[in-house]
Amino acid sequence: MMQALGEFLVILMILLNLRLMGVSRLGACVQTVAIQALVIGALALLSQPKPGFWTVALVAAATALKAGVLPAMVHRAMRETGVVREIDPLVGYTLSVLIGTGMFVLSLMAARSLQVPSAAGTHWLVSGTLFTMLTGLFLIVARRKAITQVLGFITMENGIYLFGVTFAIHEPWLVQAGVLLDVFAAVFIMGIMVCHINREFDHIDTNRLSDLKD
Amino acid sequence: MIWALILIPAVCGILAFPLASDRLRRTLLVTAALAHFALVLAAWQIPLPFNAATGWLTVDAMSLLFLSICSGLFLAASLYAIDYLKRSPKAPIRDYLEGFQFGNRPEGIFIGCLLLFLAAMTAVIVSNHMGILWVAVEATTLTSAPLIYYHRHHRSLEAAWKYLLICSVGIALALLGNFFLAVATTAGPGQEHSLLLPELVKNAAGLSPTWLKAAFMLILVGYGTKMGLAPMHTWLPDAHSESPSLVSALLSGALLNCAFLAILRMQTVLVAAGMGDFGRNMLILFGLVSMGWAAMLLISLTDYKRMLAYSSVEHMGILAVGIGLGGTAAAGAMLHVLNHSLTKAALFLVAGNILAVYRSKNVNDARGLLGILRVSGVLWLAGILSITGSPPFGLFISELMILKGALAGGRWAVAGCYLAALFVAFAAIAWAGMRMAYGRPDTLPIQSKPYAESVLSVAVPATLLVGVLVLGLWMPLPLWRLVKAAAATLGGGF
Repeated sequence: MMQALGEFLVILMILLNLRLMGVSRLGACVQTVAIQALVIGALALLSQPKPGFWTVALVAAATALKAGVLPAMVHRAMRETGVVREIDPLVGYTLSVLIGTGMFVLSLMAARSLQVPSAAGTHWLVSGTLFTMLTGLFLIVARRKAITQVLGFITMENGIYLFGVTFAIHEPWLVQAGVLLDVFAAVFIMGIMVCHINREFDHIDTNRLSDLKD
Repeated sequence: MIWALILIPAVCGILAFPLASDRLRRTLLVTAALAHFALVLAAWQIPLPFNAATGWLTVDAMSLLFLSICSGLFLAASLYAIDYLKRSPKAPIRDYLEGFQFGNRPEGIFIGCLLLFLAAMTAVIVSNHMGILWVAVEATTLTSAPLIYYHRHHRSLEAAWKYLLICSVGIALALLGNFFLAVATTAGPGQEHSLLLPELVKNAAGLSPTWLKAAFMLILVGYGTKMGLAPMHTWLPDAHSESPSLVSALLSGALLNCAFLAILRMQTVLVAAGMGDFGRNMLILFGLVSMGWAAMLLISLTDYKRMLAYSSVEHMGILAVGIGLGGTAAAGAMLHVLNHSLTKAALFLVAGNILAVYRSKNVNDARGLLGILRVSGVLWLAGILSITGSPPFGLFISELMILKGALAGGRWAVAGCYLAALFVAFAAIAWAGMRMAYGRPDTLPIQSKPYAESVLSVAVPATLLVGVLVLGLWMPLPLWRLVKAAAATLGGGF
């Protein structure tokens, strides 16, 4: 039962990644990232055989942050800049989804070759986390809008976080809290900077930020 | 003691944000810098290593070396900052290229972030746990991004955005590397244990080699992004050229070292696990690529702050090569960290003086320094000689030690590439530097008689350069002991 639920959640996470690559409306992207954070929180809890109080509290805090606070901050940046969709991305949506599928196959192969020691993880979970990280990186590279890049950063962080809680459970809570705080501050500062970029340039297309080069 | 090192700048930094009086805030900056420096000097008297927070924070030989550099440079930068902030006008400044007006961000944010930046760097240097180390490195990125965006200017905004995004993504890879390291502790035959460095080193034999290798690669690429190793260095020239000069000095002289230290910590684990050769070869590869890449770009540059930035990429490459060669070269690299930081910080501060008068970052505009900015001109010339590794400055000695290490180990190809890159960089930097020192400025509307220079703006870089000169002529024994102790943990035979 637990096994089936876990696999269902991993598949959901993979589908959410594909959705991230396929939609142009930023609102939908933010929503997807928020749902994904919830799924990842559930997976993190499922992967622990007997979660203690601190583990649950930390996972809950992380999920609240990633599913609630960070999307709210991105939403705010969207409202202030008035940007609602990604127009004319560097890589088209159909191609993005195709590339996404390719990346998923790659993650499956990578997960198979990595020998994960603990019994906790099926290799589905490993490939899911790798795929999520790759999705995040892809969004950063293949989209123009600064907001989408922030979302890509959050997605990548989500994938790494899931890998961490699943396989490195003995990370002390102090470190986990520190990582969370850093991610929060990073997204916070990025949000402020997106607004500044919008005010300064009247657009947030990062590929047009090209004054500095050699 | 260790707590005080982190908390003094942190608390002062938080206090600096709401303060209304500029004078009080600047006093706070210098007081905190002085207190930090005094504590570091006191740390030299205590037998190493000593701990705090049950071993999570440690000052060992390597941290003491990096801490001294960081603290000394920060003190220099804060003294320079007093003068810099006094000089920087409240009224909008005219952009020399595009002719529009821009202002500065509030000074409270600037000084607050500067102090928090020091606290974060100190935390990187003294942390003895790979997880805390990661948190601190990311904190340095976050606290320094607002510093780069001090001028309300579209180019500095662009630089700050690139810096924040590229470094955050890079460091996220290092986080994954940390998790891989944690998996390595459970995958091997040994018992599961934490990511405290002494524990990792002690139980290194029980780490799973595959996961350890993957972790090292991720950490090298991740922190290497922050350190400015090519080809992950793309943020570095932008951030260094667009931020205020004293921030560039800190980024180049102190921050890059912190990232380097993070890689060194991982290398000590690798050495203890008996896989030091793998790590060393990787470091040599990235180091030579950085040196070559920077040398090629240095030839064609016309922006003197970018030139200094690429020279930092080159010197980070030299450090990586030195550690990669091990032995004498590793000791040379440790010494080189100190020499490079002092010289580069001095050069950036002098570049700030030049920029303030000429209002141009172009080598062809900023000519005739020796006639117009007499003291800064001499300092610029001395700094250029020093950064290119000419005797009698300290960089000559440390670069020679690295070369000696390469030759002693029979690494002829490495030595050849190393020398070639050094030579090209020497020619490029010396050419541009000499052009700036001599000649006559003809394009810019500035007076051709000497400018008055304030004492602090030249005394600070002069002190740093005298330090490098002294290191080239005479090596204090305690420093040499420290360098040797730091290099010994990196393996490669000594």
